[in-house]
Amino acid sequence: MTQTRIQPRPRTPQSDADASTISGGGPTTAMRVIVPLQGVVQGRGGLVLGSVIPCALFYLLQFYLKRRHRPGPTPTTPPPTLPEAAEGSPPPVHRVQTRSTISPRGSNGQAHVSYRANSIAKQIDTPYYIGLKKASVDPYDEENNPDGFFQLGLAENLLCVDLVQDWIVANAKNSIVGGDLSISGIATYQPSDGLMELKVAVAGFMSRVMERSASFIPSQMILTAGAASAIEMLSFCLADAGNAFLVPSPYSPEDIKWRTGVEIIPVPCRSTDGFSLSITALDRAFTQAKKRGLKVCGIIISNPSNPVGNLLNRETLYSLLDFATENNIHIISNEILAGYSCESEEFVSLVEIIDSEDFDRNRVHIVYGLSKDLSLIGVGMGVIYSFNENVLSASKKLTRFASISAPTQHLLISMLSDTNFVDKFIKTNRERLHRICSEFVVGLKRLGIECVKSNAGFYCWADMRWLICSYSEKGERKLWDKLLNVAKVNVTPGSSCHCIEPGWFRCCFTMLTEKDIPVVMERIAKVSEVCKSHS
Amino acid sequence: MGQARVSSRASSIAKPNDSPYYIGLDRVSEDAYDELENPNGVIQLGLSENRLSLDLIEQWLSRNLNASILGGGGLSIRRIATYQATRDGLWELKVAMAGFMSQIMGRAVSFNPSQLVLTSGATPAIEILCFCLADPGNAFLIPTPYYPGFDRDVRWRTGVELIPVHCRSSDNFILSITALDQAYNQARKRGQKVRGILLSNPSNPVGSILTRETLYDLLDFARDKNIHIVSDEIFAGSIYGGDDFVSMAEILDSEDVDRNRVHIVYGLSKDLSLPGFRVGAIYSWNEHVLTASKRLMRFCSISAPTQRLLIPMLSDTRFTQEYIETNRKRIQSMYDLFVAGLEQLGIKCAKGSGGLYCWADMRELIRPYNEKGELELWDKLLNIAKINVTPGSACHCIEPGWFRCCFTTLSKKHIPLVIERIRKVVETCKPPS
Repeated sequence: MTQTRIQPRPRTPQSDADASTISGGGPTTAMRVIVPLQGVVQGRGGLVLGSVIPCALFYLLQFYLKRRHRPGPTPTTPPPTLPEAAEGSPPPVHRVQTRSTISPRGSNGQAHVSYRANSIAKQIDTPYYIGLKKASVDPYDEENNPDGFFQLGLAENLLCVDLVQDWIVANAKNSIVGGDLSISGIATYQPSDGLMELKVAVAGFMSRVMERSASFIPSQMILTAGAASAIEMLSFCLADAGNAFLVPSPYSPEDIKWRTGVEIIPVPCRSTDGFSLSITALDRAFTQAKKRGLKVCGIIISNPSNPVGNLLNRETLYSLLDFATENNIHIISNEILAGYSCESEEFVSLVEIIDSEDFDRNRVHIVYGLSKDLSLIGVGMGVIYSFNENVLSASKKLTRFASISAPTQHLLISMLSDTNFVDKFIKTNRERLHRICSEFVVGLKRLGIECVKSNAGFYCWADMRWLICSYSEKGERKLWDKLLNVAKVNVTPGSSCHCIEPGWFRCCFTMLTEKDIPVVMERIAKVSEVCKSHS
Repeated sequence: MGQARVSSRASSIAKPNDSPYYIGLDRVSEDAYDELENPNGVIQLGLSENRLSLDLIEQWLSRNLNASILGGGGLSIRRIATYQATRDGLWELKVAMAGFMSQIMGRAVSFNPSQLVLTSGATPAIEILCFCLADPGNAFLIPTPYYPGFDRDVRWRTGVELIPVHCRSSDNFILSITALDQAYNQARKRGQKVRGILLSNPSNPVGSILTRETLYDLLDFARDKNIHIVSDEIFAGSIYGGDDFVSMAEILDSEDVDRNRVHIVYGLSKDLSLPGFRVGAIYSWNEHVLTASKRLMRFCSISAPTQRLLIPMLSDTRFTQEYIETNRKRIQSMYDLFVAGLEQLGIKCAKGSGGLYCWADMRELIRPYNEKGELELWDKLLNIAKINVTPGSACHCIEPGWFRCCFTTLSKKHIPLVIERIRKVVETCKPPS
């Protein structure tokens, strides 16, 4: 019965030794028993028996002692079957009492958690996540929490919350429970890749945002519960585990590797080039990857880029398409920040280029989303826009893992179809972004911190190289720490964005109001003064 | 110049549906029955969706939904909400959800909101747990017959395998520990690492509820083999027939050990009739699993407006209590009517205690007595009777001839129509006298 199972001893250093050795005084004791036994047997049974029997006894004893010293079992060790252990389940007696005697081996076993889960859990310790969390739980509020943190690490747009709120007050209820929409329209199962009416509304919105330079076909859209899932889904569709994507760095601190198993090969961009992408560097990275035996499946670009904020011009886009065609790979273009230029430079969507030229459409995929453009707080809505039938077909099925809830879809349909609201919103949003962007950049300039000329209205890429005490990631980390814990301003250090040059920081200003800016600058000044005096 | 290829995993996912479960669902979406517009369309009995109590939801929404729910709160609240809603789920919703889960399970157990991870439906919840508990190539044991969707949820992206543990009609399709043990040992011999057991309770498609004793035995087994248990309890509130539902959480309460190996999946798609809202949850005691799941949540988060909408709904305990009780009564009476209707045709159903479906025994109607015969009957039912039911083979049932019929998308007046249509096919299948 189970009661005869031997209790495993707690782990001792010796018990970690190789399974074939015996710890403690085992061997000596065993010999003391066996040798005389051997002699006895030899006297009667002859040489063979005299050797075999004691050897067998010796091995049995070794086995027994090994069992006694065995530590808590690992998941991979099969339980040794003792001859006394009976088959079948224990009798159905009162559970609580028998618990302690049943399967003592199992109660010491740690249930295995996958390697993937462990590596995901480890990544929480990067500055990006630490900063995000800290600033989110103790946010600055002019009246209620003047010593709180300023959240400059999250590219979320709060500038037009008032407009959105007004619209919601006036229209939200009707968009969900009113008019022709029956309860089954929002409560029951809907197509997982989004309602067609929403796709039509989103296609129209995207086109308007990009100043009608490109038009989008609703049936080529897949809607997902957020841009993150859109990118992840595309990665699953275009690359198998172990394949790779080329990504110009610095790039967004959010990871897509976790479940897809794809490798990210950074293609470093340098401050001397204004952090713009060079096809030479792309080519070099591609060749090196091939030498290492990695299969590159595509390039992931952000346009405008994150965190720098550069726009890719027409020429670069053509070169990228040429490069992709030559090497037979895909391009994923994350255009989630399209249309929010801080400067008046023109945004060019890859879709526009595809429309006009004769490139292979099957290798171009756009990711879009609504959480930035429409600053609908917490509305995750991502869009995969592709010409590739296989990608569309696979992505559509994968949306079972990331579909948008029907009430939100109806809310969005209503909002995006309200052309007056949309026009007003886009215009006001641009104005406010432009204003906040210039004020913030000017404020930093006064502190001696220059920013790369940015075309993405949500953040700026600040040059704090002269403020770090040692020109290294360590120095950058120290500055980040001071900014977070002394100035109580959360910015994203370049290392979290995989920037090869230390000292650059991404500062998102769209969660600030104009009144906040002087306060932020004052706080940063405190730290920058200290750093100045040290260097 | 080459063809821009997709990944091999995309190719296999993009393939046309080949399981009768999905083919049937596709057929209904192309040619759905509508009393007025399309009276000859296909009647849906293949989707476990509950439409019996939508009127109660509608009433609540029209009385309580207002703008402040959707966009309410001051700017400072908004700042927290942004991050929290999509990274962690709004705390108030977790509290409300924990309370609702407890209520659904008869208040026999209480749930701690900080052990909840909210996802956009139970589907991603299952997938996330597979990622966290098993590495590619590892496997879960799963009693058959099982919900066809698990094949996609578990296998498509995680690389985790499912090892069926067959249950038989002679046992009322109840899981036997002996069979579980056999399957485990066979897997080991093949060199396959088993990381856990995936079960649904109430079970889908059979509709049985696991007894307390079986739950204890399962826990013993899991402890002995040092594996996990994932208990999909999404139908916990959709019970009828008088048997009480016991959650794995309930038996863990009294046993302190080994909570780290038990994980519960829940959602609002079945018990609260809100599949369109996309609300699911992982409930776990395992810190590592919770940490990793929270990180993965951003790929499948519930949008904030929906979260805000649900907080008052789930917190309105008077409403939820009334809903739960009324809903159960309606499921019960629908079940009685439908099963009686099938009996008129000579079709018996397995004893069901929960779920939105019944497990119908059509073994006598198939010829030959194998999967081919079963699929032929399924085809006749779909194309001649124009009824979409799910054949047992799609659920990996080892005995041919069983069909899952979901009856909660119907209204009472449709039952005679459905039975009549099935009768036409049944008549042609009866052996010549």
